[in-house]
Amino acid sequence: MKGHCWKYGADINTDFIIAGRYLNTTDPRLLAGHCMEDLDPQFSRRVKAGDIMLADKNFGCGSSREHAPLALKAAGIACVIAKSFARIFYRNAFNLGLPLLVCPEAYDACDSGDEMEISLQTGVIHNLTKGRSFRAEPIPEFMQQIIRSGGLMQYVTETDQGKSNQH
Amino acid sequence: MPMTITEKILAEHAHAETVVPGQMIKARVDLILANDITAPLAIEQFRKTGRGAVFDRDKIVFVLDHFAPNKDIMSAEQCRTVREFAREQRLTNYFEGGEMGVEHALLPEKGLVKPGQVIIGADSHTCTYGALGAFATGVGSTDVAAAMISGETWFRVPESIKFIVSGHFRPWVGGKDLILHIIGDIGVDGALYRAMEFSGEVISRLCMSDRLSMANMAIEAGAKCGIMPPDEVTRAYLNQRLPSSDQGRFIQSDQGAGYAETKEYCVSDLEPQVAFPHSPENVHAISRIGRIAINQAVIGSCTNGRLEDLEVAARVLNGRRADPSVRLIIIPATPWIYEQALRRGYLETFIKAHAIISPPTCGPCLGGHMGILAKGERAIATTNRNFVGRMGHPESEVYLASPAIAAASAVAGYICGPEEIEVKDKP
Repeated sequence: MKGHCWKYGADINTDFIIAGRYLNTTDPRLLAGHCMEDLDPQFSRRVKAGDIMLADKNFGCGSSREHAPLALKAAGIACVIAKSFARIFYRNAFNLGLPLLVCPEAYDACDSGDEMEISLQTGVIHNLTKGRSFRAEPIPEFMQQIIRSGGLMQYVTETDQGKSNQH
Repeated sequence: MPMTITEKILAEHAHAETVVPGQMIKARVDLILANDITAPLAIEQFRKTGRGAVFDRDKIVFVLDHFAPNKDIMSAEQCRTVREFAREQRLTNYFEGGEMGVEHALLPEKGLVKPGQVIIGADSHTCTYGALGAFATGVGSTDVAAAMISGETWFRVPESIKFIVSGHFRPWVGGKDLILHIIGDIGVDGALYRAMEFSGEVISRLCMSDRLSMANMAIEAGAKCGIMPPDEVTRAYLNQRLPSSDQGRFIQSDQGAGYAETKEYCVSDLEPQVAFPHSPENVHAISRIGRIAINQAVIGSCTNGRLEDLEVAARVLNGRRADPSVRLIIIPATPWIYEQALRRGYLETFIKAHAIISPPTCGPCLGGHMGILAKGERAIATTNRNFVGRMGHPESEVYLASPAIAAASAVAGYICGPEEIEVKDKP
């Protein structure tokens, strides 16, 4: 995957990603329209499909709202790279098929607007603008399978069908 | 091998002799929770699989508490989706309307939470139930959907941090101040992915209401759960709700269990604590905050909307009035709490203090409705989060504190403790 980078700071909470006042819908398009609104009102208008989000520690802290990774994904974000992630957000993102990478070095060395290329299999992040590469912690194999399936429910359904085919 | 209470509960639910931190396990769940914000997404995911029925209609709890009473048409549609699903699946534990309370106050009160259980909820404050010695943790809607089908979920067994608390609280200081102080000390990711295990003489003496307030905010330190060893206080709480034969399993950490860290606190000098915008870790002692004028005071939420919280507020507000510059909003968290507050005369005290008494709802806590802040406005709240825009406009501010501080601040018009307004009737 390849896209431009959006860089934010530490402890980006799920209220920033999608504010509580917009949780009266589950429509991904409506949620995407308000994504990151209270932190960066320009974001939802300027983000492009395939872009990559970069953040400091504890990205996605706060609420368990799955609307947060849903909004990011619908806005076009293909992957989030951070120094660390809050645990509920981490589960939710993979469950919805939004991959996350932990890579402190990439955060420190990359800037907003940089063009990045990422391989989820290897965890290698190339910053094409700066000509540098970084290696993220590899994603556990079963979580890669969830991403390939497009999310946990698809994964569960597929493995369930796989099981019943074997019978 | 010695294990912590968290490890023992998880091992039992994974049908394993032992588990170790870092291990991935599949565990049986005893209770699954969702609300009017998170259940619609869970139902969507459930429908995608084409399954007809949930695994156990007695183990799934839906509470329509966030944007209820319905704040707008879209919220009403979401509530309808949940209502129809609950009816179709004949869920035993479905709460709305006059039976509805703020979920994390309601479930323990109804006797649905028992020591030794594994509970997941599509709400981050599900960790509240650790106060009763259960392993309880927040998850997303998709995890809830998967568990509604299988009755199981996966966990990475967390490392534990042990918090040993000693000393004696000063007047008007309690569980809320202690948990704010701890979060201020360790930070919003100070317990990331870990279990916070609270113990020591102060915790043993702490009433269940304060224990629930503390476990509730474990997530604000990034924790997977907050947990307290079940004891006589737990037993007394359960005796009011459940037959003695059905009070769960009182599990204790083993001698020699492994902790990633042990932290000790003495509360004897602890002052009332206030978390400044825009983070629960931005905590200051009340004597050092200067004069901060407020426009609104909110007493309620899953953190501090219980009867004991209203009792403190009533003691502070008795014979006094909110400053005309302050909108004081008091939200009894459940219908039972509402009724008790009525019988004990608290509601009359509140009305005479010019408070607005709200029906049970999460409402303003997450910027939903029933007390939204305008640009530049400032609130003191007994809630759990003070992120940017949390209670309304992105340029409004939320300060977090205990019910005693919120009530006194409403009277004074600025953030202060009950001593400042000369409340004599100390707890």
